[in-house]
Order: sequence, then C-alpha cells, then structure tokens
Amino acid sequence: MYGWFQALSILSLLLILHVPLGDYMAKALDGGRHLKVERALYRVCGVDPDREQDWRRYLLALVAFSTVGVAALFALFTTQGILPWSLGHGGMPWELALHAAVSFTTNTSWQNYAGESTTGHLAVMAGLGVQGVASGAVGMCAALALTRGLARRGGLGLGNFWVDLVRSVFRVFLPLAVVFGVALIAMGVQQNLDGAQTVNTLAGGTQTVIGGPVGSWEPIKLMTGDGGGFFNASSAHPFENPTALSNALQILIMLLVPTAFIRTFGRMTGNLKLGWTLLVVAGILFALLLTAGTLAQSATTGGTVAQAVGGQLEGTETRIGVPGSTLFGVAATASADGALNSSYDSFASLGGGVLLAAMMLGEIAPGGTGSGLYGLLMVVLVAVFLGGLMVGRTPEFLGKRIAFAEMRYVVLYSLVAPTMILGLTALAIALPAGRSSMGNAGAHGLTEILYAYTSNVNGNGSAMAGLNGNTVFYNLTMTLGMLVGRYLPIAFVLALAGRLVQQRPVAATAGTLRTQGVNFVVLATGGALILALLNFLPALALGPLADGLLG
Amino acid sequence: MIRVPQWVAQHLAALRVVLVLTLTVGLLYPLAMTGVAQALFNHQADGSRLGEHGSELIGQDFLGRREYFQSRPSAAGDGYDPGATAAGNLGAESVVDTLPAPDGSREGKQSLLTQVCARSKEVGEREGVSGARPYCTGDGVGAVLGVFRADGLTGAATRVVSLNQACPAAPFVAVHEGVRVECATPGEDYAKALVVPIRGEVTKVMVPGDAVTVSGGGLDPHISVAYALLQAPRVARERGLNPADLRRLIDRNTTGRALGFLGEPGVNVLKLNLALDGKA
Repeated sequence: MYGWFQALSILSLLLILHVPLGDYMAKALDGGRHLKVERALYRVCGVDPDREQDWRRYLLALVAFSTVGVAALFALFTTQGILPWSLGHGGMPWELALHAAVSFTTNTSWQNYAGESTTGHLAVMAGLGVQGVASGAVGMCAALALTRGLARRGGLGLGNFWVDLVRSVFRVFLPLAVVFGVALIAMGVQQNLDGAQTVNTLAGGTQTVIGGPVGSWEPIKLMTGDGGGFFNASSAHPFENPTALSNALQILIMLLVPTAFIRTFGRMTGNLKLGWTLLVVAGILFALLLTAGTLAQSATTGGTVAQAVGGQLEGTETRIGVPGSTLFGVAATASADGALNSSYDSFASLGGGVLLAAMMLGEIAPGGTGSGLYGLLMVVLVAVFLGGLMVGRTPEFLGKRIAFAEMRYVVLYSLVAPTMILGLTALAIALPAGRSSMGNAGAHGLTEILYAYTSNVNGNGSAMAGLNGNTVFYNLTMTLGMLVGRYLPIAFVLALAGRLVQQRPVAATAGTLRTQGVNFVVLATGGALILALLNFLPALALGPLADGLLG
Repeated sequence: MIRVPQWVAQHLAALRVVLVLTLTVGLLYPLAMTGVAQALFNHQADGSRLGEHGSELIGQDFLGRREYFQSRPSAAGDGYDPGATAAGNLGAESVVDTLPAPDGSREGKQSLLTQVCARSKEVGEREGVSGARPYCTGDGVGAVLGVFRADGLTGAATRVVSLNQACPAAPFVAVHEGVRVECATPGEDYAKALVVPIRGEVTKVMVPGDAVTVSGGGLDPHISVAYALLQAPRVARERGLNPADLRRLIDRNTTGRALGFLGEPGVNVLKLNLALDGKA
C-alpha cells in the first residue's frame, strides 16, 4: 500500500516537473544566441559554432569526441598510481582499464571493479565525472540531430555537434547537478576529500570509514544515465543514499531528464500533442514493468527463499524496503541509468526477469538521456510503417515519408542489440571462460550472463553482481558489446536523420495515419512489446522464467 | 595557414573540449561543491560522524556481545567492512548446498536457503525463542529433497536424498512418497534428481526476516522494529534495565517512514547502543 503511494507520488512529481524542464531544454539546446563565455569556449576549442554539419560530419565529430574520451579515461585509470588523490590505489590492469574507460564513455558504467578499493578521488571527479556528463550529452546530441531531421524542411544540416554537446553539459546537466547535489548532501550524502579513516567500533573492533566527494558524483550518476557507484554498493551504500527520502529523490532524478526530453521533442517539432502521445506510450510501458515487478517481488509469489524469510528481504536495505527497491530497480533499467540500491541478483527470479525485460525493450520507458527518445522514435516509426501498410497508404511521420530507404535504417537499428546480446551470451555459455564466472548455478547462472550482456550492450550498467566480470574474457567481450551497442545504433540514427532532413514535408490528408489517439498508442505500445518479445522470449524462458517457474 | 584534414581537425577539437570539461566539470565543480557542502552542511558532508565512534549512517558489527543490540548479517568483507561493500548475490532459488568434503579436500558452499536457516537457528538460540522457519530443518539447513524418478522427470520415486544434510545426519523426514530418505554423501552427483523444497509445518515464525538476510551494501545501519523488540529482553536482562525504559530508548532511536509514507521504519543500532552505554 505504502509502496504504491510512494510510486504514485514520485511519478506525479515527475509529470509536473518534466513540463518546465522540457520547455527550458528546447529553448536552451536548439537555436538562440551563444553566450559570451560559450563563444570564448568555442574559440579556445577551435570550433565554429555557427557552422551546420551534415550527418556525416556530425557523426565524425561524435566519434572523434568519444575516441578521445576513451583514450583520456584509459590513460587516467592506468596511471592513477602516480597522480594526486589516488588514496594509494595503483593503476588498473589494461583490460580492466579498457573496459572501465569504454564503460563510462558509452554511458554504460558497468563496473568490473569495486570503487572503494580501486578508484581514488581524482579518477572519480576528473574521470568518471567528466565522462558521465559527456556521455549523457552525446546521447542528447544524437537525439537532437534526429529531432531536427524530422522538424526541418529541407537542407542537409542537422545542427552542430560541439554546440549541442557544450549546451547539454553547461545549460542542462551542470545546473541540475548543483541543485540535486546540494539537496542530496543536505539529506546526508557525504562530500569531502578525506581518505580512509580507522575508527574503534563500540563493541571493541575496528572499522575503516572511507570519505570522498560522493555528493558531487551522485547527481551525475543518476541524471545522465550513467549509474556507476562511487562505492561498490552504489545506492545501497548509506553514504550514497542515506534515507528513504533520498531514495525517492534519486528515483526522480533518474527519470527526469529522459522524460523531459520527450517534451523537448514536442516543442522542437511544434507538435506538443505528439510529445504527449510518446509520453503515454512510455508511461504505459513503465506502468506494466512496475506492476509486474511489484507482483513478482511480493512474498506470496516470491521464490522458496522469500517464503522461508517471509519477504524478498535478501539484499535490500531496511530504510528503503522492498517496494522502494523494486521501484528503484525498474526505474534504473527502464531508464538507461543502471544504478542499484539492492542486490538485483537476489530479486525474485521473475522480478529479475522484469528488470531484464525493461532493458530488452530497448530502454525507452523513458530510457537514457537522448538515447531514450531516439529509441522510442524507432519503435514509433515501426508502428507508423505497420499502420501505414494496414490502411494502404505511404507511411508518414510529421509529414515525412517513411519509405523503404528510411525503414532500412530503422530495422538495422533494431537488430543491433538483439544480435549482440544473444550472440555474446551464447558465446559465454559455450566457453568455460564464460561459465566459470557464474555466481549461481543452473538457470539463474544463465540469467546472470544474459543480464550482463543485455546491460552492457544497451548501455545500462546495472548488474546481477554474483557474476565475476573482472576476467580477460568478460572485460573484452563486454567492451565489444558496449562499443557496438552504443555507436552503431547512433550511426543509423544519424544516417536516418540525414535522409529525413532533406525531405520537404507533405501536407497531412484524410488518408494520413494520425500519430495520436488510442489507436496509435495501442499500435506503438504493442509494437514495442512484440518486437522485444520476439527477440528475447526464448532466452527469457531459459533464464528467469525457468528459474522462477520450476523453482 | 595549413589546412588539416577534417578528421584530424575534429580530433583536435575533441581533445580541447575534453580538457575544458576536465577542468570545469572534473575539478571546478566537485571542489566548489565540497566548499559549499562543508560550509552549509558540515555534519553531513563529513560523513555524519558520531564523535570518535564512527558514523551514524554506517552500521557496525557488535560481535555477538550480549549486552548490545546486534545488527543484521552482512556480506561486506568479514562483516560491516566499508572497504568491501557487497550483497550476497545468491538467487531466490538458491536452495542446494555444495557440501564440503569430510577430508577437507574441497570447500563447501552454502545455498542462500541454508544461510537463512542457519542464521534463524542461531538468532533463536541467542534470544531464547524458536528459530524455526518454513523450508528449514531443525538442524538449521535448507529442507530440500532430491527425488530420483523412474523416468527422469516423471514416474515413481526410486531414491530420495536430503540434499543439504551430510551423512551421518538424520534426514528431516524419514520417508518421502514411500521411499526411505537418505542423508547426502559429499561429492556424490545428485544432478539427475529433481529438487523439491519441503515447506514443513511451521506456522509461527519468531525471528524477523531482516535478522536472517544480508542487506544490499552490507553496511545497513538499521534493523526492523520487530528485530529490536526481539532482542530487548536479552539486553534488558544483561544490563539490569527496566523493560519499559528500554522500550522508550528503542522508540527514540527509531526512524519512521520519511514524510510518513516513504520507505520503511528502522532502528539505528549504533545510536541505540551508544545511548545504552550513556555515550549518545
């Protein structure tokens, strides 16, 4: 009962806040004047902010920025030992550093290491902090380019990557980070530059309490779709998530920017109704996931252990409780954030399956910053195409014809994640190097591996942490999964935007499929579910379904 | 001016943008936040310290000492180690143990169910109540049978093994489906048997759930009110306290739901024990 009230209040607040933030983002990110300080920054970086880029140029800049990001992070992680604020931690081994560098640059933030014993303050602040914000902004850039492709009426230009990047970071993320950071610190998140301090415990033992700039990292981790913990336990750690109130705020922060971006899309295309329609689709999917997750996590339907315990308490924090953990888990996987405040490995088998399904839907409810919007638009384009075929007209979306050439990119986009996830999972389960890392036996072990690659390829970053990912095999295959899973879809999105932007929109006629109303919502929601189910149902049947139903 | 190729130019721009972001987002922002936090919320920013006794947010191990309230079990290192935060990460259907070899040549691995049953038994003995739970044997392991059937998955039972009870233990049921139940021989392969957890007849569970499960990070500073009340008689006895006074002390260190409806109520164990020692 309290759980539903908690969810309802957080989601209502989200609904209210997404309107002004989405409107602000539309104004701040698209068009308008450059600030003086921004002009100076563009000059220092040697870019011309008023030069429009076609899709190839835009993609080149995006890939160049990400390549440099990976290289910078890799250098920072491997040389950490000789840099200041390392807290005595040495450099990472190369395969771990490679995985971690790609992980944070691709906005995944799966961690094959434990923060408290691996990364010093400089690596967190200047490494994870920078790429957390930057990678979230890269997703926004790709979504902005696609939105312009749909909104503009001809030409080749999709905007300027560097302008989109700088504005996403300095006009959206950084101001929000300050506000949310201060709020979280007031609730008890620590913010200092201390190292480890040993204290004598009351009962006569010792305990080493670890300090750090957690409060400045936390909003970045939650807001940008990043999700990597300052500590291994992430938001289950009391220093990252001290109270039930901070837990509620963290859920809100995870969902806020991606949800607001749907509003931004409505504003930029001059079609707020379409924005609301997309929000309803995302909302229905989220509600389905939350309901399924909550039912799976209740004591009466939980597994053998939950019935022995009297609830799904294993791996949850007392102050947060089971409903607060379930809602957090669904929010972290339906967005692209992937933070955790409990052990997803110890969720009820079907509850863990719901988290998997949330990622397998393509993280579109509401998904990552920007990546959620373009993922959602891809699903909508499939629905538009199917709907158009059903009524026997050339499918159109916002006046742009969606013909074979456009659909090719949509289909290619949709194939990347299933191919990579299922291929890599099959490889891991076939090889001893893959199987030996499983923390659980049988169907649940398979679920752990499936979860790992789903999370890595989709850029989520949440984990069923029983799996030992810090091996050469997993570090390298996960790195491959993240690179392909992030940049290939972005390339298809930009190529599609490049085609769409050249089209002069046609006027809507009586025969145009209306992209609003109940019919269209059902078509789009159903399309999303069917696409995901067709791809993943066999794998889900062997993993979480077998685990939960056979016991 | 030399014209560099487009891809080189873009990488040079990228390098400079990364440098600018490192200086602003990577250094200026966190250091400014540290300054603001230290000035406005000094107590929180420094980790909510309780004098020299640690942090009110970080749970501690009270080492089973009977005059103190005990925290939940913990998977962080050897227990409540902030240098190794972790959950247990065993699945909801982890019910079969790997039994250790009697000669010590192979380590065993307890299933999550057996961990729960063993903790329940231990807490029950400590607090002087029954530690019995559904799906647990009297000797504190998971009550799980391995049933071999004539046709693999179906057919009459041909052999039944109590999978978590190593010989020479007496199985928790003598007969299942008309077949005598055997104890388990460590190292023997029971993979062909169907795994059947047995619920048993337990109706009243005395030990609360949070007392038999680990938390998400292993540093949970709270226990449930029910677990605190279960421990209260023992602590009152050890310290010669009036139970009503102790009850008031528990209430004072209980945090209700945030705003009345968020999360769950919990008792801060460290603060409660500090109050008992007169150090709060």
